[in-house]
Parts: sequence; structure tokens; C-alpha cells
Amino acid sequence: MAVSMLTAAERRRPWILLAPTLAALILLMTVPIVIMFVYTFYTFKTAGVETPDFNLGNWHDFFTDSYYSGFLVKTARVSAITALLCAVMGYPPAYFIAMTRFRHKWLLLLLLIVPFWISFTIRTFSWIHILGEQGAINAGLMALGLIDQPLQMLYTEGSVIMGMIHFLLPYMILNVYVSLDGIDRNLISAARSLGCTGWQAFREVTLPLSLPGLGAGLLLSFVLAAGSYVTPQILGGRRDSLFGNLIYDTIMKELNWPMGTTLSIVLLVLLGIVSVIYSRYMGLSSIYKGLSR
Amino acid sequence: MSQATGNEQGRGWWLIKLYTFLIYVFMFAPIVVVLILSFNASRFSGFPFTGFSLHWYGELLQDDAVLRAFRTSLWIGAVTAVVCTALGTMAALALVRYDFPGKHWVNALIVGPVLVPETVLGVGLLLANRAVGMKPNFGLLLAGHILLSLPYVVLVVQARLIGVKRVYEEAALSLGANRWETFREITMPLIMPAMLAGLLLAFTISFDNVSASVFWRPPGVETMPTQILGMLKVSITPEINALGALMIIVTVGLPLLGGALARLRIRRQTETAS
Repeated sequence: MAVSMLTAAERRRPWILLAPTLAALILLMTVPIVIMFVYTFYTFKTAGVETPDFNLGNWHDFFTDSYYSGFLVKTARVSAITALLCAVMGYPPAYFIAMTRFRHKWLLLLLLIVPFWISFTIRTFSWIHILGEQGAINAGLMALGLIDQPLQMLYTEGSVIMGMIHFLLPYMILNVYVSLDGIDRNLISAARSLGCTGWQAFREVTLPLSLPGLGAGLLLSFVLAAGSYVTPQILGGRRDSLFGNLIYDTIMKELNWPMGTTLSIVLLVLLGIVSVIYSRYMGLSSIYKGLSR
Repeated sequence: MSQATGNEQGRGWWLIKLYTFLIYVFMFAPIVVVLILSFNASRFSGFPFTGFSLHWYGELLQDDAVLRAFRTSLWIGAVTAVVCTALGTMAALALVRYDFPGKHWVNALIVGPVLVPETVLGVGLLLANRAVGMKPNFGLLLAGHILLSLPYVVLVVQARLIGVKRVYEEAALSLGANRWETFREITMPLIMPAMLAGLLLAFTISFDNVSASVFWRPPGVETMPTQILGMLKVSITPEINALGALMIIVTVGLPLLGGALARLRIRRQTETAS
């Protein structure tokens, strides 16, 4: 085999090329996560001060205090709603772009990329001008005389979800589109010629074959929504804080590092589990993918 | 059935078309509203529109805090982009051109920063910095941005490199070029589009990041997004609209202009060739 003929210098070469990247990732990501894990066992004294010892107090607090589990449940609920709405809102456009014979399809795809160029902060605060008291909807309804008082739409859970959907929708549409675009059109024609109606062909052929993309979109939306805290900060009220806001406040405001790191590790582990479960499911759906080739 | 002849017919298809149109409206309406309101003469940031004015743009250009944040973001983004493109290209070369034990683990480590929530990366790096007894400084912010952008550069360059045939490099090597000359003369020109894309992507990620940057920035230092976040906390002023609109025009306008110019050049070239 060629491998045995490699000189020591040639075997070293990939590692030399990788060395700076690996050093950066280990030093800036892996080591910090290990330090965080160690800190979860420290004892909090006062803001910014902790004693290095080994006690399970933070973990005990986390698992017994309903304050924390409340945040966890709310974050899971809001992220799940966001991901599902993204799927409902994103699937039909993805289907349209994949199936259309419209000459300027590239324009539709380009418009999906454009939001990625616009600052996330700006895209989020732009919703204030739609939903706010002086926003487009309230201004429009008042001008039409349909309402006297502006509706309270901003700083609610709904506006947080709206902001997150707005930011996640391009990810969802692109993921589903890639999946739909890879489907062999002959399969759909075959189903039709065997007597399926358009809807049946979609349900039996197109939809199952697009599940990997839909799954990837759902996972991405859920994980990104669950980790977010800037959207609730800009578009949510005090009651709409999510788990990310809890972590930020615990560390940056209370300076409680032991509890803050405990919460961070919880977020990391839970989202890790979601991803692992998903990749199991992807293993199954790759059979679908195999069929489409 | 009228649908039986093809996909693009029937009421169902028409509904999907309308739905798609509405979703695109949903995606762009808020952005268009910011652009419109940035020209509003009113002292208030929202509706109604009282008259056309460039007043708030003028106000913006005299705001020292905004200009300082802009310069900070610009140079941090530039350094991040250059460092990430250099490191990322090296890593991509190793991953595509060589086989070695543990490649699987290296790949997993490289996509790590994409999968780990930014909040967790933010807390972790800040804690590590604190554990070695340092206060947040520009180095921390820069290191953090490199961490966030590096995986994307590796992925982009890797994807392109897979498509570049190895025979070109082997030919150069057999003709007596050394590894560096081969890279400089053969490989680099072939993967240049991907390296440029990576450069741009790394800059964008750094320039746009807010979730992790709020953990890392030194006291008193603002990047463009954290500056906007801070301004939003105080009150929503028309100045923020102008700032938002200006950033949209620059970040969307420049790539579109670049793309259009490139298309025009290609068209000219093909015209002169034919």
C-alpha cells in the first residue's frame, strides 16, 4: 500500500497544515468548555467571587428550583413553535422555487441569500416598526378607523417568535429547496402515470423524499432559536426572557459564574442531545435519499 | 383533471404561487419599512411619515460613538477575515489532500463552533480569559471572532478543493516544483474564488456578530451591532433608522453591484470571443 511508503515527513505534513486551526479551536473552544464544567462545582460567594471546591450545590439548585426548569420549558416551547411555524411557512415557497419553470428562478434564490447580508440586529429591530405602537400595522388600522387605541403586539411572546421566524426562514427554505431539487422528477411522473392524483403523488413521493431537508431545517431552527437571546431582548418584554437571557443575566449582571456555567453546560448538553437524536433519524432518512438516486 | 397534464397548473399551484409571494413580502417588508422611515423628517422613529429629509443621516455622521464603533468593527472584521482565510485554507488542504488517522475527529472539532450555541462559546471564552487572570481586551474579541468564522472558511475552501483535480498538482510536482511553488502557482489560483468567498464570509460573520461579542468586548468598546443594541435600549430614535438603512444599502448594495459588474464583464468577454 501507498501508506507504508510515506516518509515520516509526508505523514507529518497534514498535521503541520492543521496545527494553527486545531490550536485555535482547542484553546478557544475545547479548553474553555472544560473550564466551564469545572466551574459548575465551585461555590458562589458574592458577585464575582467564588471558592474553588467540589460541591454539587449548583446542580442541586438547577434540578430542584422550578425557576430554572420554568425557563427551560418556556424556551423549549417557544423554539418548538418557532421551528414548526418556520416549516409551515417555508415549505410551500421551497416547493415553488424547486418546481417552477419561471425563467428568473435565480432571482428567487438570490432573494433568500440577501437577508444573510443584512445585519441580524437591524433585521430584528425592523419589526418594531411593523408591530409597535407607531408601527405600520397600528398606523394603518388607526388611519382606517378600525381601532382607536394602538394594539399591544410588540414586547410579547408572539413578537419574539415573529422575529425569530423572520431570521430563520431563509435557512428553512434553502434546506427544503436543496432536498426538493435533488428529487428525480421521473419518480413523480411515474407516480402520476400510475394513476396518482397530483396530491397523492406529492404525499407519497415528493414529501417523503424531501424529509431530510425538512428535518435539517427543523433542527437548525430549533437549535438556533433555543440558543438565542438577542431577539427576546429586543422584541420581548420582561416576561419573555429565554434560557439564553437567563445565562447572560446570571453571568454579566449577577456575576454568578458557578451558576452561569452550570446553565451554559445544561444548554450545551440539551442541544447536543437534540442533534444526536436528529442524526439517528437522519440515518433512517438516508434510505429515502438512497431511493432518490 | 386539469392537473393531470403538469405541475404548473390548477388552483393548487396558483395558491402556492400566492403563498410564496406573501412569504417574500413577509421577509422584506420590515426591511423596506426601515429604509423608508430613515428618510422621515419626524422627530419620532415610527409612523406617520411627515416629510422627506436627510437630516438623520447628517446626524449620524456627526455621532462619534457610532463612527468609533464602525471603525472598531471594520478592523476587527478585516483581521478576522485575513487570519481565518490563511488558517482555513491550510486546514482545508490537509483535510482534502491527505489521509491521516483521526480525520473524523478533526472534522468534528472544526464544525464545533457552528454547533455550539454562541452564548456558550461567549461564556466559555470569557471565563477562560478570566481564569488566567486577564480582563477582556481587544485580543479576546479578536480571538473570539476568529473562532466563530474559522469553520465557515474551512468548509467553503474544502468544498471547492474537492472539485480541483489532483493531477494538476502532481504534474507541477513531477516537473520539479516544490510544495509551496505548486500551491502558489497551481492550487491557489484554482481555489481563489473560494478563498475570496471565505474572506468575505469571515468578515461578514465578524461584522454582524452580536450574541457572543457582548460577552467579549472590553469595557467601553462597542462594535457596530453592540452599539445599535445599546442605542435600542435607551430609546428608538430616527437616527437608528438611518444607521440601519445605511448598513443595508452598503451590505446589500456592494455585493449586488459586484455581481452585476462581474456578469457584465463576462458578457463582454463572450461577445468579443464570438
